[in-house]
Amino acid sequence: MSKKVMVNPRNAYGEALIELGKKHNNLVVLDADLSKSTKTIMFAKKYPERFFEMGIAEANMITTAAGLASCGKLPFVSTFAVFATGRVYDQIRMDIAYSNANVKIFATHGGISVGKDGVSHQMIEDIALMRVLPNMTVIAPSDAIQTGKIVHLMAENHGPMYARVGRADAPLIYEKKDVEEIEIGKGMIVEDGQDISFISCGTMVEPALEAKKTLAKQGINARVIDMHTIKPIDEDLILRCAKETNAIITAEEHSIIGGLGASVAEIIAEKNLSTKFLRMGIRDTFCESGAPCDLLEKYKLNENHMVKNAKNILKN
Amino acid sequence: MTGYEAKDITKLNLIAVRIRKHIIEMLYKAKSGHPGGSLSAVDALVALYFVKMKLNPKKPNDPNRDRFILSKGHAAPALYAVLAERGYFPVDELKKLRMIDCMLQGHPVCTYIPGVEASTGSLGHGLSFANGVALAGKLDKKNYNVYAMLGDGETGEGQVWEAAAVAAHYKLDNLTAMIDRNFLQIDGNTEDVLKLESVKDRWSSFGWNTIEIDGHDIEKIIDALNEAKAHERQPTMIILNTTKGKGVSFMENNVDFHGVPPNEIERNIAIEELTHAEKRLEALL
Repeated sequence: MSKKVMVNPRNAYGEALIELGKKHNNLVVLDADLSKSTKTIMFAKKYPERFFEMGIAEANMITTAAGLASCGKLPFVSTFAVFATGRVYDQIRMDIAYSNANVKIFATHGGISVGKDGVSHQMIEDIALMRVLPNMTVIAPSDAIQTGKIVHLMAENHGPMYARVGRADAPLIYEKKDVEEIEIGKGMIVEDGQDISFISCGTMVEPALEAKKTLAKQGINARVIDMHTIKPIDEDLILRCAKETNAIITAEEHSIIGGLGASVAEIIAEKNLSTKFLRMGIRDTFCESGAPCDLLEKYKLNENHMVKNAKNILKN
Repeated sequence: MTGYEAKDITKLNLIAVRIRKHIIEMLYKAKSGHPGGSLSAVDALVALYFVKMKLNPKKPNDPNRDRFILSKGHAAPALYAVLAERGYFPVDELKKLRMIDCMLQGHPVCTYIPGVEASTGSLGHGLSFANGVALAGKLDKKNYNVYAMLGDGETGEGQVWEAAAVAAHYKLDNLTAMIDRNFLQIDGNTEDVLKLESVKDRWSSFGWNTIEIDGHDIEKIIDALNEAKAHERQPTMIILNTTKGKGVSFMENNVDFHGVPPNEIERNIAIEELTHAEKRLEALL
């Protein structure tokens, strides 16, 4: 088995900001004392005059970004997912979403694989919180290559957007050419199959690909969808999965309430699609400190649980 | 000081009275809204929009315009009346405040009301927004000024103090904020609800240039705005000592009119009082 190439999506964000900073001289970046972790420090070093350190004062940071956007600036705002959403919800609601401000919130440290810092730093509600806001686009890129492309798309498309990546290094899934054509709001069929569809986002796409390999050995042919955009959700692709495969399993490093799984469930219900269906995610509980792999095992969010769930759902 | 003659100031006072009449009529028709804090904010708005601010109502998005952000969004009727009188939209729109399918929302929205810079109404945001506008102005080396008005009770919001720190840190001398210091908030006197004094010392200690004046003396407001503009390397906070409900006898210092519109009798008395004041000013011209 070939060794996986691990690259941190956060670095891809930092690199993309530098490229975009050259291309768009109205691009500005704001951070709240976490630039070393979010990697906005890369932009800060290259374009110090367009980087605004806002200190540990996230509410002000979000609204300030909206003020900058009102003057034609293209602000990217970064901090950990927990502080980029829940802590500043009213600011995002009024000043970015309602005001339809061209502000891009790029959050890192989403999900439970943040690990040992525990619940205060493990954000499993952000996608739900952002998805419910009118005007807001919500994205969870899966690997570093896709992250780079998504950051470019965020800069090039007008309107409020939220994206989140995890903390950890992530195995590369794509080559550059694989993501050249991607669009916000259109999911990707990473691997095709006819028996079952895994619809995943973010850190859960790669385990789905691993699960596919294991299932193939047992005669089950799984389709793997990278649903990087949770809102607007790719309805057509969900319809196709329901029609062309026997079951759908969604997987996300997020609560099963309000996120990707809920989005897919809403489409299935409203379109009267008859398919077997299971949401994998955090089942309405706070998690705890621990090594990322231990957490993902305990909260049943890895390839082994995907294999088990796929076999069960197809059997029943 | 302002270089303004008494006659000019009288004209501005006359505009202020007319704005107050609009406010009463708007709230009476809407059957909801906030008279007290709208009436207390009027004179500073007149000084800004009719004297100090560089603006063009025909080009509300001119990148070089001065900006005003009404952080105390519930004073929207005052802002709307000023914008209408200044020519941003027809005065007729004022009659449709808070009505379905109409432009003028209960609280300001920037996406479709000409002249409104920020969507406010949830307290504590406006100064942060002004920071963003001021930072953009510095970055682009533009010489526009940014103004913001906060309620005194509003400064209970933590975000205000985040913004205060950031504005001082970045030496935003293109930013002038004002506090409508009328001493009343919904639950009573500000000093009983959540003590604010010394307001001046608070802002000074955050690194702001502070000026305290009578918030209903338009000449003094213009002087203070000039002083603020000339001040370098610090943002300025002008504390406007005001009277909630200013201009209508039974609304003055009466917290019951924070968020309750006048009924028909109250509307009639208020309009009579304001018309009387209007005639008195007209006679001076």
